[in-house]
Amino acid sequence: MSGREVSGHDVGRDVPEKPEAVYFFGTCLVDLFYPEAGMAGMALLKSQGIRVIFPPDQTCCGQPARNNGWFEQARAVARQQIKCFPKPIPVVVPSGSCAGMMARHYPDLFAGQPDEAEVRAFAARVHELTWFLVHVCRLTPTDHGPPVTVAFHGSCHSQREMGVRDEPRQLLRALANVTVADLQRPAECCGFGGTFSVRQPGISAAMARDKVTDIATSGAGEVLSGDCGCLLNLSGVMERTGVPIRARHIAEFLVERGLAGETRP
Amino acid sequence: MNDGPGIKARSRILARLRAAPQPPLSDRPPPGAADWTPPVHGPTRLARFRAMLEASRAEVHEVTAADWPARLRELLTDRGVARLLYAPNSEIGRRLAAAWSAAGPDAGGPALVAYDRPVEEMKPVLVDGVDAALTGSRGGIAHTGSVVLWPTAEEPRLMSLLPPLHVALVEEAALADSLSHAIAAWGWPRGMPANALLISGPSRTADIEQTLAYGVHGPKALIVLVIVQ
Amino acid sequence: MTPETRTATGTPRAAFTGKAPAALNDPRLRANFRRAMDGLMAKRAAQFADPAEWAALRARGTEARARALAKLPELLERLERRCTENGIVVHWAETPAEANAIVLGILQAAGARRVIKGKSMVTEEIHLNAHLEAHGITTVESDLGEYIIQLAGEAPSHIVMPCIHKNKAEIAALFAARIPGQGYTETVDELTAAARRTLRGEFARADAGISGVNFAVAETGTLVLIENEGNGRLSTTLPPLHIAVTGIEKALENLEDVPPLLSLLTRSATGQPITTYVNMISGPRRPGEKDGPHAVHLVLLDNGRSRIYGDPELRDTLRCIRCAACMNHCPVYTRVGGHTYTFTYPGPIGKILTPQIEGLDCAGDQPHASSLCGACAEVCPVQIPIPELLVRLRGEAVHPGPAAVAVKGGGSGYTLFESLGWRCSTLVFTSPRLYRTVGRLAGWFGTLMPGWLPPLNRWTRFRSKPRFARHSLHQLARKGGYDHE
Repeated sequence: MSGREVSGHDVGRDVPEKPEAVYFFGTCLVDLFYPEAGMAGMALLKSQGIRVIFPPDQTCCGQPARNNGWFEQARAVARQQIKCFPKPIPVVVPSGSCAGMMARHYPDLFAGQPDEAEVRAFAARVHELTWFLVHVCRLTPTDHGPPVTVAFHGSCHSQREMGVRDEPRQLLRALANVTVADLQRPAECCGFGGTFSVRQPGISAAMARDKVTDIATSGAGEVLSGDCGCLLNLSGVMERTGVPIRARHIAEFLVERGLAGETRP
Repeated sequence: MNDGPGIKARSRILARLRAAPQPPLSDRPPPGAADWTPPVHGPTRLARFRAMLEASRAEVHEVTAADWPARLRELLTDRGVARLLYAPNSEIGRRLAAAWSAAGPDAGGPALVAYDRPVEEMKPVLVDGVDAALTGSRGGIAHTGSVVLWPTAEEPRLMSLLPPLHVALVEEAALADSLSHAIAAWGWPRGMPANALLISGPSRTADIEQTLAYGVHGPKALIVLVIVQ
Repeated sequence: MTPETRTATGTPRAAFTGKAPAALNDPRLRANFRRAMDGLMAKRAAQFADPAEWAALRARGTEARARALAKLPELLERLERRCTENGIVVHWAETPAEANAIVLGILQAAGARRVIKGKSMVTEEIHLNAHLEAHGITTVESDLGEYIIQLAGEAPSHIVMPCIHKNKAEIAALFAARIPGQGYTETVDELTAAARRTLRGEFARADAGISGVNFAVAETGTLVLIENEGNGRLSTTLPPLHIAVTGIEKALENLEDVPPLLSLLTRSATGQPITTYVNMISGPRRPGEKDGPHAVHLVLLDNGRSRIYGDPELRDTLRCIRCAACMNHCPVYTRVGGHTYTFTYPGPIGKILTPQIEGLDCAGDQPHASSLCGACAEVCPVQIPIPELLVRLRGEAVHPGPAAVAVKGGGSGYTLFESLGWRCSTLVFTSPRLYRTVGRLAGWFGTLMPGWLPPLNRWTRFRSKPRFARHSLHQLARKGGYDHE
């Protein structure tokens, strides 16, 4: 045993007190492809009376470099993020995967580095958005929308690295007019995997198509996720194969159902 | 260790292993390891033993120390067993032979075939010449429904393997809750037989489309007679 | 990464990548694997329905394996001593060639011409059958699955269920063609009976039996073998000579370490509380005994394991008890099957083991053939952090560690193109102003990027082109007043 974090353990995280303010780490995918998901995430936090700080110098968590074995580069990118979030307040991330990179892999990546202690302290402050809304904000979302059936796809990293299991569905179940369809294989990967999708495009696409079939046969008119990598992958395949199902971030959906017109900037 | 190149391989392998850095936490149990305790069944031991064996498609019958030879004869006769392999010099072998011969020829039942010579002289009999075999056991494991066989000079290993039906006698008093309990209580580390066996059902395979089929190499059926107090 | 770099031995560096499309385009193969994996996952899940029991048992099993590895050199010596006392002859082999030579030597010395084999992945690893056949010794596989693929001239596609890639119809046709007197039948009981008939004769005729080992207990010099069919018992009991071959990592310290690991192994592998047979061999036939082999040999194989052992992180690979739960739960394995992995060990464990045994120059694409979804680590009964080790090996492929502990073929995945790519992205991601500029440019012009441009074309082959948002979150957040402290 090397004493590092072992993935696959059910990941317990301490629930902090509801804070007066949080940082928001938007992630590069949200920044460039799904900014409305980021805005919705911040709106949800704000609706809970929390001041949300979006440090403008944030870029990317560094996961792509780390996952491809470019550790020095990943550390450089990670350091750039860490210095954007200096205060001892939570860092909320609208992605289980990027949160997992920061909370779980930063400590490994910096093992033996001079700034290891600082990195560990930072990692402990990182939380996935839906988990934070449920456990810290104790959010019970409201629903003003018409009846609709949705499917939820939980990303692998949200489930297995951040321990986000039922939280997103818990939020969705609270919406009066929303039915959450069951997927046949809810825990199976959608095939995104970052650079995996271009290194093994055929396998990645086969996985994505199977996931799309699962979603399409579930009766859902819309698929939600807490991770934009999965969304990019699934919507790309659905568009290409003519499956008329909308894919978007759960935060955006929650805002549209309950907060539309109120706190949306 | 007997060959030249092997000695070199041995010392090189061990040298590389010894040169390896030991991680700082290498010898510390991970959290939770001490939480595991072997499963306990207590008063439901026999029920568990039976249920697990039956789930594996074995038959379990409760018998007494007095009536098991007669019960065995009934069971085997019902199944059309003509020749039963037995261990003539084991305690249960002697008991069986005595009981069946005392009952007289009119009682019917299978003919007894003795495993009394080395396998080299017995192969045709073992492979083709018997329909069933009776063995004793060292005991049983309730948790997994396993019969523990501890073959001896008197009761050889292949009895439980080659004939199409294996009947094992298990004393209720020799049921352990789990394999861990058996290892500790029976002092296994102090001396193992050349071959110890746990048998938890008839021979089976699922290699073809995960469809269960029985008797692929070993017995197609297992009957466990539990001698209750 | 260059797709088809050939190494000196002629093995394509990217054999996996080359074979994957054929497997993906074989609907029968995919259906066979999907059905089998769904069944195995459900059976395993039913076994570990109590999360507290699973957590405690898993911790205990992990502890036993980790402790055995921590004491490995000492345990191997104790194992050797105890086996020798029990009458088991112990041999050491650094390489597959040495192991094959040892086995051949034992067989030749005994005048053995026919060998019956129990299922053993380590003998697949060293290609023992081919070596023995080349020296005139007939080897017959006796595990039903192994027997089927031997008839078909194939390699196992799964480490527990070797012919899982074949359906009944394929096996029925194979038996009809290859077993004399056997007609075509898809009835599983009849197919099984045909194999029993043929193999009974082989067992009776065999001069020697060869098996693997699941656990080698140092305390008592006991070799533990588990199986359901009885062929493993027959191979190790009926012939006059038994040779067991095992990797050096299979040692356990004490007999009391066996029960928790046995429970983890069978429940993880096939969802059984225990296998039909647990065969504990502690020596050859003793004086007065009527059966059992007259001689038992144990061959301890290194084949790179002591090198893996030298790296404290990669060492976790050696905890593996070969239950196959990782492949049963792997979305990649389920879609491409075992043969795509080319080498002996497929699936997630293969993806970390193969590059370490064969070298990153031989199997460098395998660590990348994973979405890092973590399903494997979640079910691994001995908590091998497979995704972390995949990433570690990806790192070794581009930046090899110091020579003493370097993974074979380290650095072979380095290309100038990728290096440049990661350096450029790092520059952008560490320069906030540059990043924001790139973001703005992407919003304006990103959509104009042609879909055929590599590597984007690998995405657009199966998906629509990603659309950059007109305004980035950075821009929207600033407008929305989120920007400042």
